[in-house]
Amino acid sequence: MNNTTEQQHQIAERVARGLKRRYRAERRFRLYGILSIAFGLLAVLVLFTDIISKGAGAFRQTYVQLTLQYDADVLGISDINDERQLALADYQGVINQALYERFPQYSSRKDKRELKKVISNGEGYEIRDRLVANPSLLNQSETLWLVTDDDVDTYYKSIGDDDGAFTGRVSETIQSVVGELIDSGDIDLRLNVNFFTRGDSREPEQAGIWGAAVGSFFTLLITLALSFPIGVAAAIYLEEFAPRNRWTDIIEVNINNLAAVPSIIFGLLGLAIFINFFGIPRSVPIVGGLVLTLMTLPTIIISSRAAIKAVPPSIREAAIGIGASPMQVVMHHVLPLAMPGMLTGAIIGMAQALGETAPLLMIGMVAFIVDIPSGPASPATVLPVQIFLWADSPERAFVEKTSAAIMVLLTFLIIMNASAVWLRKRLERRW
Amino acid sequence: MSTINLLLILGALVVAAYYLGYGRSLQMAKPLGGIRHLHSLPFYYGMRAALWCGIPALLLLAFWLMFDEPIISAAIINGLPEALKPQTSAEENLVLSTVRNLATGALSADAVDPALVAASDRFAELNQIGARLSTAGVLSLAVIGGFVAWAKISPQVRARQQVERIFKAILLLCSLVAIFTTVGILLSVLFESLRFFQAVPVTEFLFGTEWSPQTAIRADQVGSSGSFGAIPLFVGTLLISFIAMLVAVPVGLMSAIYLAEYASGRVRAYAKPTLEILAGVPTVVYGFFAALTVAPLFRDMGASVGLSVSSESALAAGLVMGVMIIPFVSSLADDVINAVPQSLRDGSLGLGATHSETIKKVIFPAALPGIVGGVLLAVSRAIGETMIVVMAAGLAANLTANPLETVTTITVQIVTLLVGDQEFDSPKTLAAFALGLMLFVVTLALNFIALHVVRKYREQYD
Repeated sequence: MNNTTEQQHQIAERVARGLKRRYRAERRFRLYGILSIAFGLLAVLVLFTDIISKGAGAFRQTYVQLTLQYDADVLGISDINDERQLALADYQGVINQALYERFPQYSSRKDKRELKKVISNGEGYEIRDRLVANPSLLNQSETLWLVTDDDVDTYYKSIGDDDGAFTGRVSETIQSVVGELIDSGDIDLRLNVNFFTRGDSREPEQAGIWGAAVGSFFTLLITLALSFPIGVAAAIYLEEFAPRNRWTDIIEVNINNLAAVPSIIFGLLGLAIFINFFGIPRSVPIVGGLVLTLMTLPTIIISSRAAIKAVPPSIREAAIGIGASPMQVVMHHVLPLAMPGMLTGAIIGMAQALGETAPLLMIGMVAFIVDIPSGPASPATVLPVQIFLWADSPERAFVEKTSAAIMVLLTFLIIMNASAVWLRKRLERRW
Repeated sequence: MSTINLLLILGALVVAAYYLGYGRSLQMAKPLGGIRHLHSLPFYYGMRAALWCGIPALLLLAFWLMFDEPIISAAIINGLPEALKPQTSAEENLVLSTVRNLATGALSADAVDPALVAASDRFAELNQIGARLSTAGVLSLAVIGGFVAWAKISPQVRARQQVERIFKAILLLCSLVAIFTTVGILLSVLFESLRFFQAVPVTEFLFGTEWSPQTAIRADQVGSSGSFGAIPLFVGTLLISFIAMLVAVPVGLMSAIYLAEYASGRVRAYAKPTLEILAGVPTVVYGFFAALTVAPLFRDMGASVGLSVSSESALAAGLVMGVMIIPFVSSLADDVINAVPQSLRDGSLGLGATHSETIKKVIFPAALPGIVGGVLLAVSRAIGETMIVVMAAGLAANLTANPLETVTTITVQIVTLLVGDQEFDSPKTLAAFALGLMLFVVTLALNFIALHVVRKYREQYD
């Protein structure tokens, strides 16, 4: 009797010990789960803060206020109505003259050379446009805010930094010039208009994303115009009309496999077939759109099929019952009811296409293109490729530009995905 | 006339044909006593006329667009005097582009052979004739087709059946695009790869350990003999993918388990979409992050403990790639875990197992095939991922398993070999297609196995 209680006691103790161990394991396991989620959330947080902290500065640009004298002699214009003279005039000289007059103390040749580096050398074109628009400015003076060179911009923005200003690429002359400009209030950070209105440029301060954004727009337009109708038609055929046989199976396996083929392979396809075989020129949004169409098609087909499947059979049966043909059932009843789901899928597919880079590298959309594309057949680049190009550029100012371009791209993606979620919540019906 | 304008006019004709057909069917129905005496609804008569008007014309236009270039080029080459006739395809391209530039005025006529100038005039002339002919052909075909369909409208015509048959054919054609794409991929990589393997033996490509694709331009050049042993690329790809999997699989799996089994509804509602954000970020953004933030961080950390870490280390690229794949693994794992029947959980808990024991001993084994399938899909993603490695991994083909050193991958080499101008007969560019073929075959095999495993598992509980 005594013995048994002893044994029971021992067993209870062992169970209690085991329980303690098992509960510890339970807590540990839970902790791993929490840590995993925390790691994922931390990655999101770090990624976004890194990009935003790097790129926020690019939306503002350093400008310097200068009084320009449109001197006919400096410009070399004798006749204001001569277009050739206007086109070839020395606008840079006007800016340099204004700088020499503003800083007379820097008179040595070396200092003058440094002075010329303060203002971006794209600003000459800006002044030309002003003079062409308003010829009466000739021999007049005008006070303007001019964009500085990227090195000055980087230096000026870094002046307040904890680890000191970045002086790697600016001479002491320029540093003291900037100091004087700060004292007189003639240097300031203003909204970076160039960034939103220009195409690419070798000069970071003149480079903008508008060209790439327009290129992305044309590319996506072609992708949408092709992949949505084709994808929906394919989904309708496979769900509603296809006979269940080996061929249908092959098509289905094919679509699933294509959804998982690396995107760069689609680039190889575009290069070999569209460019080499059909002879479509490189770098144009048409080829980009075609390649992205093939790439997003599986996504759209799969989501459209899901949307069609969600339409209850009773609706089909009712329509057939009152004499509709199978095609009428689909066109008049199934398709309108499945449309919100299909649109959601299309938006998600488009978001995927907007962020895609690798296949577009293959078909020459990495070319350096300054002009804003005028249509789907003119050479263009797209936002993600522009990001890739800038990320590769050695100038320090491009790091800021790249992050800012990423912020713009992510904004578009967030808008697209949010509208897909909204559409799903708003329009999708549950039966 | 430009193609766009032609298409617009064609569109207008199609719309007109629709309304004319629609109107004529109504007119015919009137004396009979209403549209119920027609075989089909007026819509189908109109649609039939529109299709008759549009489809033959579009086919002709497509045919012309596909073959106008070769026909005109051939005519130009044949028209050249014997002395100027190109011998190789490269010469032919050169002559044709000269002619084209002359015709557009990009090249001045002073500097070149008068025969070429004549050819460029002929080129412009032929182009014009071609454009006129195609415009006339397409438009007259459209009008004739529309008219025939219009004239043939009668209450007995089975317009609905005809229109529906054409619709069905169009739907079938659209669903075949997927097949065409696969065939297109296979043909494009296969043909170029075969040309590559004529220059470089398959065994050297698959088993060689030296990769330096720079081929000599001149015969006497030193150090650029061009060797195409792809082993270093395979090893580099596997190394980076392995690092990515080391990050993605445990983190993705554990977060899926936590979200599915432990988390409250509110945590799930917020944490899940936040993790999914990682899947929506474009890869070029990850590449930038890896190259400018993670890689320098690792290099500095390595330097501070006396390790030399390359600034293009496999570790940085692999880690960031792993982060990218986390939501992929976790959402696939989430699906399969949720598909495990509740009765299995209840049984295990009822026997006194703790929650984690239930997960480890019951749910995980039951979900294992699905998880394995998901991991295989994730591996195929990692192998095919391009932008992260292009931006953060190096170009040097080192044969090493040290994650702190620079390695290169298949996708990086494809991009480097093909970006920029290329000629299509050097093994250097063709090597990219051979690498593409490898990539396609490997990812296809992985997908195939993964889908097979997943499907087989699904049958158990449904």
